[in-house]
This record gives sequence, structure tokens and C-alpha cells, in this order.
Amino acid sequence: MYPEELKYSKEHEWVRMNGNIAEVGVTVFAQESLGDVVFVDLPAEGSDVEQFAKFGEIESVKAVSDLFSPVGGKIVEVNSAATDAPEVVNEEPYGSGWLIKVELSDTAQLDDLMDAATYQATLE
Amino acid sequence: MLGVIGVDSLDGLLGDIPVEHRHPALKLAPGLSEQELSTVFGSIAAENASASSGYISFLGAGAYSHYIPSTVRSILQRGEFVTAYTPYQPEAAQGTLQVGFEFQTVICQLTGMEVANAGMYDGPTAFAEACLMAARVTKRTKVGILSTADGRLPETLVAYSKHQGIDIVEIEPDATDIPDDLACIGIQSPNFFGEIEDVERLTKLAHDNGALSVVHVNPTALGMFKAPGEFDVDIVTAEGQPLGVPMAFGGPYVGLFACKKAHIRQMPGRIIGRTTDTKDRTGYALTLQTREQHIRRERATSNICTSTQLIGLMVTVYAATLGKQGIKDLANLCYQKAHYAASEINKLNGFTVDALATGGTFFHEFVVSCPSSASSINADLLDKKIIGGLDISDRSENGMLVCVTETSSKADIDKFVKALSEIGASS
Amino acid sequence: MTISTNVGDIDRRLLMDRSVSGRKAFTLPESDVPSQDLPDSSFLRDDVELPEVSQLEVIRYFSVLSQLNFSIDTNFYPLGSCTMKYNPKINDELSNLPGLADIHPLQPDDTVQGAIRLLKDLQDDLGEITGLPGVSLAPLAGAQGEYAGLLIARAYHEAKNDSKRTVAIVPDSAHGTNPASAAMAGLEVVTVRSDDQGNVDVDNLRELANENTAVFMLTIPSTLGLFEPNILEITKIVHDSGGLVYADGANLNALLGLVKLGDLGVDICHSNLHKTFSTPHGGGGPGSGPVMVTDELAKFLPKPVAIKTDDGYAMGTPEMSVGAINGFHGSFSIAARAYAYIKALGLEGLQSVSENAIISANYIQAKLRDKYNLAADRYCMHETVLSATKQKKRGVAGLDIAKRLLDFGIHAPTMYFPLIVDEALMVEPTESESKETLDHFIAVMRQIDDEIDASPELILEAPHDLPVTRLDEATAARKPVLRWSAE
Repeated sequence: MYPEELKYSKEHEWVRMNGNIAEVGVTVFAQESLGDVVFVDLPAEGSDVEQFAKFGEIESVKAVSDLFSPVGGKIVEVNSAATDAPEVVNEEPYGSGWLIKVELSDTAQLDDLMDAATYQATLE
Repeated sequence: MLGVIGVDSLDGLLGDIPVEHRHPALKLAPGLSEQELSTVFGSIAAENASASSGYISFLGAGAYSHYIPSTVRSILQRGEFVTAYTPYQPEAAQGTLQVGFEFQTVICQLTGMEVANAGMYDGPTAFAEACLMAARVTKRTKVGILSTADGRLPETLVAYSKHQGIDIVEIEPDATDIPDDLACIGIQSPNFFGEIEDVERLTKLAHDNGALSVVHVNPTALGMFKAPGEFDVDIVTAEGQPLGVPMAFGGPYVGLFACKKAHIRQMPGRIIGRTTDTKDRTGYALTLQTREQHIRRERATSNICTSTQLIGLMVTVYAATLGKQGIKDLANLCYQKAHYAASEINKLNGFTVDALATGGTFFHEFVVSCPSSASSINADLLDKKIIGGLDISDRSENGMLVCVTETSSKADIDKFVKALSEIGASS
Repeated sequence: MTISTNVGDIDRRLLMDRSVSGRKAFTLPESDVPSQDLPDSSFLRDDVELPEVSQLEVIRYFSVLSQLNFSIDTNFYPLGSCTMKYNPKINDELSNLPGLADIHPLQPDDTVQGAIRLLKDLQDDLGEITGLPGVSLAPLAGAQGEYAGLLIARAYHEAKNDSKRTVAIVPDSAHGTNPASAAMAGLEVVTVRSDDQGNVDVDNLRELANENTAVFMLTIPSTLGLFEPNILEITKIVHDSGGLVYADGANLNALLGLVKLGDLGVDICHSNLHKTFSTPHGGGGPGSGPVMVTDELAKFLPKPVAIKTDDGYAMGTPEMSVGAINGFHGSFSIAARAYAYIKALGLEGLQSVSENAIISANYIQAKLRDKYNLAADRYCMHETVLSATKQKKRGVAGLDIAKRLLDFGIHAPTMYFPLIVDEALMVEPTESESKETLDHFIAVMRQIDDEIDASPELILEAPHDLPVTRLDEATAARKPVLRWSAE
């Protein structure tokens, strides 16, 4: 449910590090609460984002939520699979349902995030 | 039942209402039987002048007299349409939803646009919402409106936008350059004076400057004149009243709203989409609801909730009844009679039809420059049971905006022309 | 080839798919004027693609479609906060009389004295009922009435050069149009909490109301169907801070003749004629949302307002009007229906409306409370909010119960609103329904609760017996198809 190798934010986003590129998505809890995801609004590649700032929106049939980036830096890639076929966010939230990749401005930011156990505890 | 609830009297249920304010003395008359009510309404109606009391009218300017087919009134008798709620439970509302889908289709077909919503309150609010949508799409805050538009369009936009930091500027119809920070150019065509604007040129001018093109049309004219969709227009709005809706002293009407598919998430109002059920049967449901107030609340595209679904039904039945040939025949009838009236009035001493003088192209409305104020002429016309055109002296000296539809016979027009001639001769 | 019997199937083809080239439903008269020159062909369009069907096909198509709807005329419709009461047919008939349906909004005032007199009389009656005498019938729906009310509040503060007032305080239980209208009016929305009884948390309000408060927006009775026990204190807190109190009158059906909003310290309110005053919902409108204000605020009302002059009636513009919020005079024929409703009921009739609405809602609450949790454990007003949390634990959500009700020919209550109640089902029977109908509803709700353990799939897969089963709303949003197109 909450892979150990990822880091988590309180806004229900996760981070997977590859070198200093952070892959970002929403957790199982987030996509379950939303229901069937019908639309994802993502920023343009090349734009900057600050840690914990809003970077987009995710919509289901009955709700809309802001997306807050758990890390800050430059957005180097945006997942067109998520915008073309948003159901992938429900089906593989930690895999091909990733949303953006961010080149970190400061790796110390990861210290502000939770590990899997801590995040899971916040859900109870 | 009070026993089941557990109180002795109704007052036991009103405990939270401050006792000093409970059961106030209201100055309201006692109730009436249905028969007495009919008498009251009969006398109210008798105090109004209309076609049914023998008047002929040449008023347009945003509300139009058209013949309403019997099919429209007949379907309006169906309580299942009239007394249903907004279709939030789609399984129980497939009638309303399929009609709404047909309505969206009709609006797209008339306007040549890719998508339409299920209706707004009326023409002017649809136009105002279109300008606000253009501001959202372009992320700009200045709206340009052609100086030839009906004053009610910018007036409504002012009320809708005064606290949203939107500036409104006037653009001349022959402008060759515009501010480079416009969200849109708002064009009414036919314009307030009845004449067709160069939508193609103005749309290109808007696009060259990063602005959207918002065009407010007359739907009856679309039976004859080119659809705005052919000119790469971004948003089209209109007053839908001419399509089978009584004039009813100003409402309820229906605002038509259509746009390019690319902008659909910024479109206000309800949208109905086609889908399937668990047995793969076709059905219809409200869709893209996350734009709306009940989900997005303060970030909604608009605060609109209840709009005008039943009026949309009337428009849909009307369009289905007139059909492909009828909508064309109707536009032609209005055009023919209006141009006949214009040419006859133009012959009168002291009266000039502006469009005939300038060579402007018009549909069924035209401005007459009169020998004296339109109001004084109209007062004389009323004595002959004629309701004259709108006094537009605030925009055109001694101007009268005349509208002629299929509901005016040649005899009516000739009576009007003769009356103008007599009034003009004695003034 | 044999044709199977299909009386149960419904042909859902659209009009364009039924069209046959050349078929007509209608004939127009020939032109009786000399032929006029057409404009240059560059102005003219090709044919409009519209249906080509016969008149019988038009009538049959729309008639069959109407039978796919639930409606007040055909079904019990306890949709909370929507007040689905009987829409008297005489009102439809009278508002469509010649002389009312065919008058143009721009006719000179002295040719429409009857119409203006009707509007003035209705303004006066609504002012009397609410205790807020300044009335405009211009707004075309509740949301427009709200927006007009907020414009009035802003104009009031601006006239006093009080430009810091940019905040609207809104309860967390508010209807979505409240914050949406506030945002349109350029107000920052600040939320005040409700306490565990569903009332406004008065201490929280006291903290929030300050010199930035333009308006406090409150639904009375609340969206939980409850009357604020601290209403006088609440309006005092807001007034002491210099703000105005706006009442959302969607739930006015609980208050007719029982209390006047103006007496409670309300400065501005709107009413929904298509709820409280019986005008038809039409599947989503048209509505009418008149705005009512104190004498002091009347000069800001949106135009036009019907006024009495020395020699009759006229449509006028208040001296500091917030302007025109739409094209003409508002929904006149909807106003005419509400006028007929009020005149037919008279004072006693109006009082009995609210009395019966309150009794009916409490009766349902009393008879279901052992099976369904109540959002608040107290007498309600005209609607009761059930919370299907016990049922959710047993595997069935409020949504499922709502869908199962449809199988019994009963329209679902309002679901998932207000947002502060879990698994909310808001039931508003209205005063129109007989005790037999209420008893039947109660029996069905109790049976559904039993079905959860005995045969849950009946509920989870409901509705079973309607023209469609549950619809795939996710695909409808992901891949929108919004109009007919040729295949």
C-alpha cells in the first residue's frame, strides 16, 4: 500500500528519487478518496515549483483536489500518460501513474518528508 | 402525528425560534378560490396591450415576437418535464437529460461550434459569462466590446465583473488595431442597430493579438446568415427566446452558450454527456461537474445552479418542429418583411432607414431616423393601436429601432407605414 | 427474420438519427410582400443541419422521453432543500394568459400597467413575509439573488468609504453557491465552524467577525434543517463588527408566517420562488431568486424595481442601484405563478404550509431514528438530515440507499450534502404529501435497511427497474461526448 522506498508528504503525495530527480505522484489513499480520476491538470515542462506549493489539480467525477509538490526545483518531465488516460492514476499510482519529475534544488528537502510508516500512521 | 413525534402542539417544535418573534402578524389578504384567482388574473391581463388585444408591434431589441408552434405548448403540458428536478440522479431523469443533449446538439448545429452547454439564464448573462471565461482562458483582465453592441451586454458584464478586476473598453467596428492585452473582443452580430458585423475580420484581429473572439448572435438570423463557427470564433452566445419562447414581459428566457472544445473545462453552466450503463445501454448524465459550484465552490467557473432547463426544452421542440427547412423559411420570411417595411418607410418624407443609406446588411431590425423624437411618434402610434419600434435617441438622433418578424402581415406593415406617414406629415 | 417483442425496450435514438430527408413537421405561411433582394452570397450559409421528422414523430419522441423522468406529478420527491411541493396547474394556466405571455419587456409602462401592478403587489407580499420591505424581482435564480445580495452589501460599505470590508464569513455547512457567489463578488471566503449540534459555533464567529467583515452568509433554517438557537446573538455579533447579515432563503418553507427574517436581524435575503413558492423546477429551471433588503439598503437594489407612481405603476431604478444583473425584468411568468400561489393561499394558507412541512419532516424523523442516525439529535424544521453511517459500516453507502429508493418509485433524497455530515441523506417531504405517502416512504426506508443484511446486492446494484442502471460517469468525464454527430 505504501512502498517503503518512497517518501511521503502530508498532502498524500509520494517521492521516488533517481539521482537528484524526484518522481512525484499521489498515494493509494488519495486516489481511493477521489474515486475514478477523470482529469489531471499538470504544469508545463521547464517551469519551477517550490516545495509544498500547488503545482496542479486532480479531478474525479465528484471532487477536485489541489496537487502540492513535496519537493521544489525545476519540472523536467510531465507524464502525458496521466493527462491522456487519467485512469492510470487509479490503476498504478506508484508506477505509470506518476505525475511530474522534479530536478531538486536542494536534497535536504527530503528530510521534511515522512517515511512509509509515519505516513501510514497519519491515516489512522 | 404530533403524538408520534412526541409533542403536544406545533409550538413544541419551534423552541429555537425566539418567542418574541414567533407568529408575527402578517398583513396578507385571505386566500382565494381558483375561480376568484382567475378573475384577478383576467383583470390584470386586460390592463396590458398586446397582440391579443388588437395591437400590432414593431418592437425587438433583444426580445422578439415569433409564432410558437402547437407542439411546444403541447409538450409543455407534460408534468414529467415541468415538475422534475435538476438531473443529479441520472437514472431517474433520462427524459430531461436526453432533451438537454438534443438542445446542446441544436445549438452546435445553429452556431457551427464544437460544444454547447445546457443553457444559461439569458443572452446578456451568457455574454457576460463568456467574457469572464475569456479572461480565465487568456489570463488577461481587459475586455473589449464593440461600440455597436446592445448596451445591456456591457451593462450586465459590469454587474458580473465589477469586483473581479476586469476593465471594459470600447472597440470601434472598423478598428484595425486593438490593445495587445485584451482577453477578448465581444461582438454582437447582427448588432444593436440590426446590421451584420465583419466577424471574420474582427476574429482574426483578436487572434493576432492573443485575444479570444466572443460573438453574440440572433438565433433566428442563423437560419440564413453564416454561422460564427465558420469564422474560427472562440465563444458564441445568444438570447434563445426567439426560438419558441413567449416574450412574457422579459422572462424566463434561455442563454445560449457554445465554444471550442479546447476551452471546455472553462465553460460555465451544466453540460450533459452521453455514456453507457452497466448493461452497455446508452444513457445521458451531467458531466464535467467539477467546473460547477456544488463541487468547486468558491473556485467554480460560475455560481450558476438552477438555470433554464424547461426553456431549453421549448427551444429543442421548436427546433425539431421547424426542422432543417423551417428554420431557413422562417429566416427568409423575417428578412423579406423587414426589408419590405424598410423600403416603404424609407420612401416617406422625413424618414430615413440608416442601413439603406449606408448600404449596411441587416436581417430583421433596422434604424429609422425620424423627423421628430421616436417617443412622441410612438405616443401617436399607440392611439392607432400600434406599438412602434424602440426609441434609441440616446444612441442615434431621433432614432427608432424597428423590428419586423413573420408575425407581421403585409397589411400590418402597410398600416404602420401609413400611420408614420400621417404622423410625419403633421409634425 | 423474426422481430422480437420489445415493449419494454425504449428507443433512445436521437432526432438526427430518425430524420428522413425532406420530411417536415411544420409549414410556415408564404411571404405576402414583394420579393426583396438577398444580401451577397458571401453572407449566407448553407443549410442548417437540423432534424427532418414529421409532427407526429416530434410529439411521440418528446412524449416518450418525458415518461423516462421522475417528477412531482408522478413520484414522491423528498429532495432535501429543494422543496418539491405540488406545483398548482392553475398557476401555469393563468401566467400564460394572452396579455401576460405576449407582452414585450420594452413596451411603454402605460401599456403594461397590469404586469407592473402584479410585480409591485408580489414585491410587497414577499417584503411582508420576510420582514424585509425592499424587494427586487430581477434575479433569475437563487444564485443570482445571492450575488445581487452580495453586490448590495459591498455597495453599502463602499458608500460609507469602508473599503477594508472584503471578507464573507460562510458556515462550513453552506450550499456551494454561497462561496461561489462570494468569490464572484470579489470577497475572500472565511469559514466558520459548526458545532456538533449543527449550529454555528458562536465563539468561532466572534473570533472571525471584525473590521474586514463585509457580510455573514447564513442559511435559515440551516442546511441541516435546524433553526439557529443563537440567532439573535449571531446577528448582533455581526452587526457589532460592522458587517451585514445575509440569509440564504432556500429553506424559507419552514418559516412562512412563523417568523420574519427581518425581525431576527437579517439585513438581506433571497428567496427561491421555484422552491418555497411552488413554481415548477422544470428539470433545472427556470427559477426566480428575488432579493429582499431592509429599508436602508433598498436604494442599492438591482434594477428594475416595480414602483407606484402618482398615476399608476412604473419600472424604476433605485437611486444607488448596483445595476442590471441580466437583460430585462426577471422571470416574469415565474413571478406571476408565485403571485397566484400567495393569493390563493392567503395568510392562513401560508401559515399552514410551514406548519405541515415541519410536522411531516419530524414525523419521518421520529419513525426512522431507530434505524438511521440523525445528523443532529433534536427536532428538525422542514427537513431532516439522516446520516447513513450505521449502514455504511454494514456495507451500504448513502448513495446506494438513494439508488435503491428509485426502484420503489421514490426519488432519492439529497445525498452528501451538507458536506459536514457523513453519508448525509436530506429528506424534505413538504406539506403537499399525505400521511399515507409518508408512511409508505418510512416503510420502504425500513425495508431497505433490512435488505442490507438479507440481500445487499439488491441495494448495491440498484436501480434495477429503470430505463438505465447506474451510468458510467467516469467515462463520460474522461471522454466527453456532448452532441450528436453522424457516425
